[in-house]
Amino acid sequence: MKAAAASPAPLGDVVLRCSGLHRYLGRDEGRVHVLKGVSFEARRGQVEAIVGPSGCGKSTLLYLLGLLDQPDAGEIAIDGQVMSNTDDAARTAARGRHIGFVFQFHFLMLEFSALENVMMPMRKLGRLPEPEMRERAHGLLASVGLGEKTHRLGTQLSGGEQQRVAVARALSNQPTIILADEPTGNLDARNSTMVFDLLPRLAKDNGQAVVLVTHNPEIASRCDATRPMRDGVFI
Amino acid sequence: MSPNFRIAFRFLTAKKRAMVMSLTCIVLGVGLFVVTQATTTGFQALFIETIIGADGAVLIQDKIQAGHTSFETEHGSGVNIDTTQDNVKLQAGIEEPAPLLRALARNSAVLGASPVLKGSVDIASAARSDTGRVYGINIEEHLKVSNLGSKIVEGSVDDFRTRPAGAMIGRELADRLLIGLNDFIQVSQSGGPPQRFKVMAIFITGISALDRERIYLSLSDAASVLHRPTGVSYLQLQLADASRAPVESDRIVDEVRYNAQPWQEREKSWLSAFGALQVSSAITVLVFTLIAGVAMFNTLAMIVIEKTKDIAILRSMGYERSDVTRIFLWQAVIVLSIGAAVGCLFGAAATYGISKMPLGNGGISGIFSAKYYVVAWSAWHYVEAVSTAVVMVMIASIIPARRAARLEPGDIVRGTAQ
Repeated sequence: MKAAAASPAPLGDVVLRCSGLHRYLGRDEGRVHVLKGVSFEARRGQVEAIVGPSGCGKSTLLYLLGLLDQPDAGEIAIDGQVMSNTDDAARTAARGRHIGFVFQFHFLMLEFSALENVMMPMRKLGRLPEPEMRERAHGLLASVGLGEKTHRLGTQLSGGEQQRVAVARALSNQPTIILADEPTGNLDARNSTMVFDLLPRLAKDNGQAVVLVTHNPEIASRCDATRPMRDGVFI
Repeated sequence: MSPNFRIAFRFLTAKKRAMVMSLTCIVLGVGLFVVTQATTTGFQALFIETIIGADGAVLIQDKIQAGHTSFETEHGSGVNIDTTQDNVKLQAGIEEPAPLLRALARNSAVLGASPVLKGSVDIASAARSDTGRVYGINIEEHLKVSNLGSKIVEGSVDDFRTRPAGAMIGRELADRLLIGLNDFIQVSQSGGPPQRFKVMAIFITGISALDRERIYLSLSDAASVLHRPTGVSYLQLQLADASRAPVESDRIVDEVRYNAQPWQEREKSWLSAFGALQVSSAITVLVFTLIAGVAMFNTLAMIVIEKTKDIAILRSMGYERSDVTRIFLWQAVIVLSIGAAVGCLFGAAATYGISKMPLGNGGISGIFSAKYYVVAWSAWHYVEAVSTAVVMVMIASIIPARRAARLEPGDIVRGTAQ
């Protein structure tokens, strides 16, 4: 397992930075201080693993970094632009442009084919014309080994295949950051290896930063940097 | 095809059973709305056509005079009650109709004016005696302001026009007197000498009150029977646009200083009854469209619950809250569009079918005559039905759509979405 980089990264390389993040969850007596002043950086072409026991706050941190949630205190910047205090529309737009998510439970839209799932973020962003979107989606699915199954519905794919579609979908808008929450947590060993092999390869090919949350020490050991967490802080 | 529409369509087709249920409710709501509107307005329209056809759009019957007193008079032409409003006195009848007719002839809204002399009489046939009301008319003028010609069931208007001492009599009155075409009757005002007339035509207006007491004579014959050598009881007017009768009546009052009564005022009680019937029908069909709205709400609420993870995925991809709202509203629009189109077709087919259904007991007569269910074909029924469904369904859809949009993606993926 490699240690996290001790010195600050060169400014141009840092695509995601957060500092002093605090997050409380729950209400009244059930209110829990989940993140206690967390700071973090992710760089292009690097795969960072956040590890730690259940409930330590690693997924909460990931959702904050992905602008799916808002911190109670602290700052998040993407490509140098502070996003933590912006409105929902700005954060949503930033997600569409800069961030690709891979969730533990695949989260494919099962009524749609693999191809349509991969095209869905592209259709929203509207950066490419339809034929180019289609071509790119075909290419991405081929790169994750599903070139022959592009027209299968989500329900007609195995768990491993669904997760590979999710990886392709996360890459579809060429985001600067890939955030993966236990991307192999629900897969068998073979599929787990296959999916993990994809992420660093594609990230390095495209110069994307990958931040993944995992329980799997083997996966973590293969990342460029590992950040262990406990009780809402990096240790 | 927009991404939101594409997603909405796929969400919807994945919930076929719920969608079919919502669709059915909308189809029934729209269709039944159309049918009830078509039937209630159909009967109302027939009633209006009947009463305007019989007695015209406007009756001019009393002269307006300045005065301070009111009185009740017993004219030779029947009982007339003069009423006063503040300093206005109404004098029953029209003593000099000619200048009035000339003035009305200059009014482009008036298609025709027919002077009528009316009075109560005794009528005797060879078999029976009865009472009735004589209406003295100039047949040429009267055919311009009424549909009497088309109501003749025996004999002809030509016979009445060309032969002297002829009468046209209502079917019910003829039956009561046990007379038929070409029979003779004796008509007299109480105490006066009887005069003999030949039945040249028998009519059925469909209005029992008319058919059981009305007998048409020429104006001169009626004047003789009623001992009214000059003047008439009223002028019957037909207008280019009967719906404007109240406005035209007011103009006529201002212009000629005679009291003019539009058909809407004359038949106020029946029109109120039809209005109440329409409201009660509207309430019934509103319940159907309300059920359609509830069904749509139920379907969308169910989809929101089942699709929370999909909503989180969409939001994580950059879909905005407004996109999520649109996705759910599109679903409502899709079901609504199909439901409204099919509902209109269903409504039209059902309306046509109903129009071919015979009324029980050989038909309806009394205030109008109909053997089959009467329907009105109006595009407005379809517009109203679809508009009502749109309002109901869209209101019902906004709630789950907004709820879906409010879902926080972070909460959903954490599994804490409420």
